[in-house]
Amino acid sequence: MTELTLVEAVTRALAWEMNADPAVIVLGEDVGLNGGVFRATAGLQERFGTQRVIDTPLAETLIAGMSVGMAAEHLKPVAEIQFMGFIYPTIDHILSHAGRLRTRTRGRLTCPMVLRAAFGGGIHAPEHHSESTEALFAHIPGIRVVIPSSPARAYGLLLAAIRDPDPVVFLEPKRLYRMLKQPVADDGEALPLDVCFVLREGTDLTLVSWGAMIVETLAAADRLAAEGISAEVIDVATIAPLDIDSILESVARTGRCVIVHEAARNNGVGAEIAAELADKGLLSLLAPVARVTGYDTIMPLYQLENDYLPDTARIVAAARQTLEVT
Amino acid sequence: MRRDSDLGGLADPGRFSEPLEIAGNDAGTLLEYLRSMQLIRCAEELIGEMVTEGVAKTPCHLGIGQEAVAVGVASGLNATDRVFGNHRSHSQFLALGGDVYSLIAEVLGKADGASNGMGGSMHLYGASVGFQGSVPLVGATIPIAVGAALAAKMGGGQEVAVAFFGDGACEEGVFHESLNLASVYELPILFVVENNLFSSHLDIQLRQPSDSVARFAEAHRIQSRIVDGNDVVRVSAAAGELISRARAGGGPGFLEAVTYRLRGHVGPNEDIDVGVHRKMQDVNAWKQRCPIKRLHAAMAGAGLITPDEFDEQSRGVMSEVRSAVDRARAAPYPDKSTLLDLVYSTRARA
Ligand SMILES: Cc1ncc(C[n+]2csc(CCOP(=O)(O)OP(=O)(O)O)c2C)c(N)n1
Ligand SMILES: [Mg+2]
Repeated sequence: MTELTLVEAVTRALAWEMNADPAVIVLGEDVGLNGGVFRATAGLQERFGTQRVIDTPLAETLIAGMSVGMAAEHLKPVAEIQFMGFIYPTIDHILSHAGRLRTRTRGRLTCPMVLRAAFGGGIHAPEHHSESTEALFAHIPGIRVVIPSSPARAYGLLLAAIRDPDPVVFLEPKRLYRMLKQPVADDGEALPLDVCFVLREGTDLTLVSWGAMIVETLAAADRLAAEGISAEVIDVATIAPLDIDSILESVARTGRCVIVHEAARNNGVGAEIAAELADKGLLSLLAPVARVTGYDTIMPLYQLENDYLPDTARIVAAARQTLEVT
Repeated sequence: MRRDSDLGGLADPGRFSEPLEIAGNDAGTLLEYLRSMQLIRCAEELIGEMVTEGVAKTPCHLGIGQEAVAVGVASGLNATDRVFGNHRSHSQFLALGGDVYSLIAEVLGKADGASNGMGGSMHLYGASVGFQGSVPLVGATIPIAVGAALAAKMGGGQEVAVAFFGDGACEEGVFHESLNLASVYELPILFVVENNLFSSHLDIQLRQPSDSVARFAEAHRIQSRIVDGNDVVRVSAAAGELISRARAGGGPGFLEAVTYRLRGHVGPNEDIDVGVHRKMQDVNAWKQRCPIKRLHAAMAGAGLITPDEFDEQSRGVMSEVRSAVDRARAAPYPDKSTLLDLVYSTRARA
């Protein structure tokens, strides 16, 4: 096993699947000659050629639209959008076509495409370069939204996303791209989509999160453990469709739940999880479901970014408050 | 994959390094161009140093080498015009007369900044000088400028809108939509393309069937000019002509200014793209086409500026920028309590 960063794990997964399946085509701005703004596609064009690693002009609507067309013709496009803030022109095609192709054509056409984008805070830029708007995509029927939170999960989930017969929006937490290394087998083994990962078992409360916030959440669980509180940590990983059963099962045992996400609070994915808990898990809840989130404004510049982003202290405080309810 | 260049000599790094042709231009105006370009250059060099130092933390796209475009175009504009930029807009902000302290404070994310420290290098506002904003979503401000032009036309005044953008932006669909409508409605707008031959790391030859983007103007029946973007005199003349036409109700204009950035796509390193496609030898050749050097050489040759005067002007610019940097570094960040200000006209829920 090699120690890989998250971004290296992405590159390995792309290379593995391109090698295994000639239908896989990587496309996007600067992905070829340059190897991608974050180097996620480094070396792929050299290895697989310009026919399979396509440098597109600067045109996101086109990138998404042509991916739909390619996918319907049985290619497997894996398109890159450099930053999540540049993804909005693609919504036109993701919403209107990618997510609907199967339903609309009663299964005659399918759309096995992946749209990758770097997302979330971490490079100290405001707005488009740092935002997390996964909820926009999670609201679209027919679209899977997958977010890894470690190198190994990036590898396994990206393979699964490429192999999945439906369109997947794959959001890579840019703050984790190079934050840590982890042994990754690079053996072509995918991880399952549509299921949560329990990263840490616990009995007193359930912390639910995804993406870069997993790091803060695990750190919060450590701090709580030092106070004698046992927190279960769940990485949702597939934001849509949501594996609510795993969360319900955990909350049935702990009775308390804190949801942590970086995105704005209003209509965030946390709201959906909380609603599902109210719907299906109300009787096991011992305290109101808490959410620790970003604020309902644009991502600010770096000094205020620290205030915007949930951190360990905010998560621990929310957890304590939840535990105080008796 | 390299095709013939439609820009010919204009895109040839080995050409146009001689002093500018300045005959017939007023000395005061030339001196102002020179000072303005020096100010932009100096500000961006110091910003670059602060990026290296880690003090400027937000991504900064420097236009070092491209100063003549903003300065030349700005020479035809008034504070009541409506100017829009992109990710590489320090030059436009300063050329229009934006305050160098508020630029640097913004780049450092300070409350005194042009956007009160909420935007950084890529989100500048300078309403008092007609700068209606830069936004780093490539192509995004082009239709917004069209809207401003429509409003100007409806208002019945003489204002024009200006959209500054790059060659890469011409690949976004909305660019074409914008030109089409501006032409049909004969809007008072100037589209200014800073064609630096690259979009991030990719040569225009690998992205478009021609290296000249003025062909899009022609397709939409918009008057266009292609100029050496490192020649402030020519940029000013061509922009001035198109702006006057637009002010007089003659419809939109399109200026393709061919230029080159001497630094990487983002940040201060000059060699960041080398090994991808930009060759160091091209970068070095383009340094000979430096817009400041060429204007200075012409002015010195014509006896319009002595070495002492030039040194004094350079020192003046440097000390102005240095004191702006010192002040900006010491200035406070926006207060946390402002985080939810101005999301709506009413205060947002905490
Ligand atoms: C919609 C969008 N897509 C991609 C990007 C990333 N990006 C920033 S600048 C840039 C290249 C722009 O090239 P050009 O328009 O020629 O301007 P230049 O950088 O050369 O000044 C790219 C791809 C972006 N900011 N916005
Ligand atoms: Mg360019």
